Parts: sequence; structure tokens; C-alpha cells
Amino acid sequence: MIPELGHYALVLALALGLIQSVAPIVGARTLDAPLMRVASSTAVMQFIFVALSFLALIVCYVTSDFSVATVYENSHSMMPLVYKITSVWGNHEGSMLLWVLILSLFGALVAGFGNNLPATLKARVLAVQSWIACAFYLFILLTSNPFLRLAQAPFEGRDLNPILQDIGLAIHPPLLYLGYVGFSIAFSFAIAALIEGRIDAAWARWVRPWTLAAWMCLTVGVAMGSYWAYYELGWGGFWFWDPVENASLMPWLAGTALLHSAVVMEKRNALKIWTLLLAILAFSLSLIGTFLVRSGVLTSVHTFANDPARGIFILAILVLFIGGGLTLFAWRAPLLKQGGLFAPISREGALVFNNLFLTTACLTVFVGTLYPLALEAITGEKISVGAPFFNLTFAPLFIPLLLAMPFGPLLPWKRGDILGAAQRLMAAFGVGLVTVAVVFAAEGGKSVLAPFGVGLAIFVVVGALTDLVERTGLFRAPLPTVRQRAAGLPRSVWGTATAHLGIGVTLLGIVSVSTWASERIVAVKPSHTISLAGYELSFDGLVQRSGPNYRESAARFTVREGGVAVGVMEPSKRNFSSRGMTTTEAALMTRGTSQLYLSLGDVNDDGSVAVRLYYKPMVLLIWLGAVVMMLGGALSLSDRRLRIGAPKPAAKSALAPAE
Amino acid sequence: MTRKQRRLVLIGGSLGVLAVAAALVLSALRDSIVFFNSPTDIAEKHPAPGTRMRIGGLVKPGSLQRGDNLLVRFAVTDGKTDIGVQYQGIVPDLFREGQGVVAEGKLEPGGTFAADTVLAKHDERYMPREVVDALKKSGRWQEGEAKGAGGKSQ
Repeated sequence: MIPELGHYALVLALALGLIQSVAPIVGARTLDAPLMRVASSTAVMQFIFVALSFLALIVCYVTSDFSVATVYENSHSMMPLVYKITSVWGNHEGSMLLWVLILSLFGALVAGFGNNLPATLKARVLAVQSWIACAFYLFILLTSNPFLRLAQAPFEGRDLNPILQDIGLAIHPPLLYLGYVGFSIAFSFAIAALIEGRIDAAWARWVRPWTLAAWMCLTVGVAMGSYWAYYELGWGGFWFWDPVENASLMPWLAGTALLHSAVVMEKRNALKIWTLLLAILAFSLSLIGTFLVRSGVLTSVHTFANDPARGIFILAILVLFIGGGLTLFAWRAPLLKQGGLFAPISREGALVFNNLFLTTACLTVFVGTLYPLALEAITGEKISVGAPFFNLTFAPLFIPLLLAMPFGPLLPWKRGDILGAAQRLMAAFGVGLVTVAVVFAAEGGKSVLAPFGVGLAIFVVVGALTDLVERTGLFRAPLPTVRQRAAGLPRSVWGTATAHLGIGVTLLGIVSVSTWASERIVAVKPSHTISLAGYELSFDGLVQRSGPNYRESAARFTVREGGVAVGVMEPSKRNFSSRGMTTTEAALMTRGTSQLYLSLGDVNDDGSVAVRLYYKPMVLLIWLGAVVMMLGGALSLSDRRLRIGAPKPAAKSALAPAE
Repeated sequence: MTRKQRRLVLIGGSLGVLAVAAALVLSALRDSIVFFNSPTDIAEKHPAPGTRMRIGGLVKPGSLQRGDNLLVRFAVTDGKTDIGVQYQGIVPDLFREGQGVVAEGKLEPGGTFAADTVLAKHDERYMPREVVDALKKSGRWQEGEAKGAGGKSQ
């Protein structure tokens, strides 16, 4: 009964979506207010029905209703409750339902909070949002119905892929989807503006909070995915340049560019057409990401559920929305009015620089991800493009970007003074150079890249703080004045500084781990000791344990630093009998921001175990930086001008229609 | 500066960055990509020793030997041709005889393959796509198995 209700709710959501796809567009054309208002109610109702459908699926999983095919395939009655719930989206069908749930949530939010939008724009945005939703409802109902029943209900399920039985999975996909799908709002706004044939600074002000919120979720989502791969896959790497990872990185890069260009548009009414294009591209890349992951066209270390047959459907959606969006852009964008003027050396110029490098970097990732696919389609030759490619292309493009980053906030709008900004960044340069020298000396002059990388990270961090110091007059003005000024600063200034600081923190972690991580792979006998990076690990023996749906053999190691015991690490191998599958659970020990990482290999006949031991200095900074970036986004989002909303566009002549 | 000049600066700058990016991409594509070969491909094409490549197929039953210092030797087969592989390190959880495997490394002058990375499938229902293709090419692929290969079986 419950699965049928869920299925039915989804069909109803589709019906509502179809109404919402047509009525508001007609209403906006004929200026029929009641028809336009239909969109708000249907958007909210759509969300309610999709939520009911999702809830029904959760109930199926929680009650272990194995008559439902996806529950049988991906769940097990002995699984802990939390994994029963997370396995709802640990498979293709459920994750697509989560996708539309978030899509309809965003639609409902626009309907609820978009009261300051002009009626026609709001109607059109919701209609476009509904086009996307309908395409995905159809995709789910026709090719990936999660509520499909089995003719005979088996007694027991096949269990969730053990690699996915992890708390990281509970958080990672929803966050990633919030990010991916959040960009759909920017896309809908862009398409609506193109249909409307007018675009102004207020448009950017409406779009920015949505983009910012999506970007925050995506930032943490990508970071979570990276951390999950780090501890769960047992290789100790934090980024593999795997197609699935690239699929989430590309929308992040485009979204970051969009955030910045929208600032220019909002403040200076410039870069309008470019911002529109970025809004279309950011969501297109999200769709491509969904396509890459869901269609299984690429070989990837973590494509868990894929089916090439469904690829065709997603490909059609892709062609429809990306092709349609870009065609509309090519047709309508030239009709839009040109934006304001600015000198190359100015805040706008700096943001253009940012956009240029971010989108180019995104392009190289795109080429690296899709080139193998294109080559195989054309010549039949199979290749893999891995980390070396991206280190040679992506990294060199990011260096100028990071060098320029501290300059941006210090340059005034319209016309700036690069020497003046450089002077104010003297302290940051100084600290950065000293860092380079110190690290270079400490390394004994072995490598040049590492000192430079650390110096760059420090420069970025100090550079981000410089703007705050400048504006609050810290070290110059008396403390009460500083406090007063700090309180008076717009939250977006704090947000910018915080997010930029986060980039520096992440960079520091990446450079540190890439340079100073050490590794030992040995077979160790009981009561023997391995030492690495000043730590000694002595192997105490193997312990057999059993969990709710697995048996595990754990190797117990006592960790000593300078002879003093600091803790115990227990890497293990888990055997899930339901799938006959073994997983390796790495043991992690956090020391400050660094980690010891121990993962287990085979147990040999002589009682020794093969282990892989890593020391990862400052590795936590990589993900901590992402959290700091998200906090920066949150600060920006709480800025007064975004909370209050946009002014009425009639006030200024610059905001007149573009005809 | 006039609007036209500013636009020229902008377009010139963008083209410059794109040109640099294109140069980077092209040089990286020449030096850092890795081709995939099945054991039969290697037997037929005789690639030069020392070339980095990926090979894939099934771990030949009965070929797995473990040596000292985590040394592992096994043969990768596509049903027609075998190639000996050696690897030092910890093999993945799902590495087993008779299962699909992809190895990355170099071909030694003696004809064995020195792998530095060994990837096994990570789910009992999933088979690396290269392996499926290699097996299909050598005619050892039964469509009945295809269910297991697509990831999802219904």
C-alpha cells in the first residue's frame, strides 16, 4: 500500500508540474495575474507530494519491505536504522527521487520567499523550474521507478553495498544535490530573464542568495565526498581526479565564477550577459555531472549504480536543457542592453580576472574528464586521464588566480590603483616570502614547489585578513574605534575575507600533504613495531568481532610518541556475508590537524598482517578550509542587503527595460 | 580608454589565457595519458617496454603467488592470451583469482608487466568496463554475465 501511495504522489507531482509548466508562462504573456499566481500554489504542492513520495520510500526501507525491488536490492533487515534510511539514496532510483525532492524544495522556496519579485518574472522562473522537474519526474517514473514491486517478496534483502554503509554517505549526497540542484534556480532565473527580454542589477540581487546557498552546500558536499573517499576507500588519497569527483568540481568552479560575476552585475550593472551565460553553464555542468554519474558512461572508482540504458534518457534531458538554454541565450542575449563601463584595473577587472581563470580551469577539467570518452567514441582507443594531466593543467591556472585573489577586495570599483593595493599587501607579501625562505631552508633546498606552495597559502590567508585590518583600522586606531568599525562593516566584507581565508587554509593542507606525507607498507608480526614520522606502532594482535550485519577482524595497534602511549588504532576488515564482500576500514588517529592513517591488507599464514601506514601532516586543513569557505558564504548570505531584498527596480533609469 | 579599447583588452586577455590553457592541455595530453590494452592487444601490438599503460582482464585461476615483502605475482588473461604481472603492495579487497582486474604500470623488457597500481572491482556485481570490453573482444563474454556487469540487475 505504502509504495503505491508513494508512486501515486509522484504521479500527482508530475501532473501539478505540467500545469505549472504552462499556466504561468501563458499568464505572464497575457498579464493574467490569477494565472501567474497558480505557479506559487503548484510549486508548494509539488514539493508536498514529492516529499510524501520520498517519505513513503523511507517507510519502505525502514520497515524492510522487500516486496519493493529497490529495497530488496539495497537493504537488509539487520542493518542499523541509520543505514536503512541512508540506503534510500544509496542507489540510483532513490537518489534520483532525492534529486527531485530538492528540486521541488527549491521551487517551493522561490514561491514562498519570492514575494518581492516582479509577478511576471516569478511566474516564468517557476515555470522553467517546473520544466526541469517534469523532465526528471518522467525520468523516474519511466526508467527508474523506486516503488516497483517484485512478484514474490524475498525474505531478506541483498544489503547495501558495504562501502556505502557509512555515515559520510548520509551527509555527502544530500549536500552535493543541494548544491547541484540549487544552481537550477540560477538557471531558471536566467532563462526567465531571457524570455522576459530584460535584465538588470536587481536580477543579480535576487539570484545571488540562491547561488550562494547552493554554493555553500556544494562546497561542503565536495569536501565531504573527498573526506569520505579518503577514509573509506583505504588509499589515503583525498582527491583522485576521478570523473565522478570532477563532475562535482566543475559546477563548483562555474558556481564560484557565477557568485563573483553576479557581484559585478549587482553593484555596477555590468557583465550582465556573461552572468546569464554562467548561470546557464553552472546548472548545465550540474546536469552533466548527474549524467556522468548516473549513466555509467565513464569508468570510475565510485560509480555504484549505473545503467547505460538510462543514459539515453538523461542525455535527452541534457540536450534539451543545455542545448535549449544556450540556443535561447544565443538568440535573446544580443537583444539585451550592454552594461556599465570599468577600467581594467578595478574591482570589476579583478572579478573578470577571477572569472576568466575559474572558467578556464573548469574547461581544462571538462576536457580531461570527457576527452577519454570522445576518443573512445571516435577511434576506439581506450585511455585514462589521471592526476598527472590535471596537475599539469589545472594547477598552473590556479596559481595566478590565488596570487591575484588578495588584490580583488582591496581594489575600488570603477578605477583602481594596483600599486596602492600592492603597498597595502606588503605585510602579506612579507610574511609569504619569509615563509618561502623558512620552508626552503628547512627542506634543505630540496624542492622549490613546496616552499612556494606554503608561501602562497600564507599569502592568501594574510592577504584575506589584510582587507579586514585595513577597514577596521586595527593596529592604527584605538580599540573601541576598531570594534565600532568592525561592527559597522557589511557582513559581505566579512564573508569575502572568511571565504578567501578558507581557500588559503585548504591550499596549505593540500601542499602539506602532497609534500610531507610519509608512507610505509609492511607485513608486521604480532608484538613487532613499525615506526613512522616519530610514531611507533606496535601490533598487539588480531581481534575477531561481529557487528549487526558483518563480522570483522581488527588488528590492534598501540601508538607511542617518544615512548609514551598516545592511543590505540584498530584498522579492520569487515566481511558482509549477505554480499560475500569484504571491506577495509582504515583507522585514523588525529594529532592536531595531522592524522595517522592505518589500513589493513591480507593476513598471512605466519600470523603477520600487511598494513599500510601513512602520516598525513595537516591533512584536516583541506576539509577545514572548505568549512571556513562555507562559513564565509553564510556570513555573506546574512548580509543586510540580501535579507532585506532588492529595491523596487523602477527607482533608477539604469534599470529600465532593455528594449 | 574608450569602450572599444577596453573590450579589446578584455578579449585579448581572455584569448591569451585560453591559449595558455590550450597549450597546457595539449602538452599534458601528449605526456600524461595512459592507454588501455588487453593481453591480446599487447601480444599483437608489441608496445615498447617502459611505456606506461593499463591492462585489464581476469586474474587467471591458479596463477596467484605471494612472495616476500608483499610481492604478488599473477597472470591477467582475456581468455586468449595471458600476461604475467608483478606488484608489490597491498591488493584490493576484491582481488581474487577468476575476478576482473585492471593494473597500471610498465611493460618490462622480459614481457612481464610491473604494476604500481592494481584496481579490482569494488562490488560483486560490477566489472571494470575495460575488462568487459577486453573479454568481449576475445569472445569470452557471455551475455548472461552482462547482467552482472551493468551494475544493476533487476
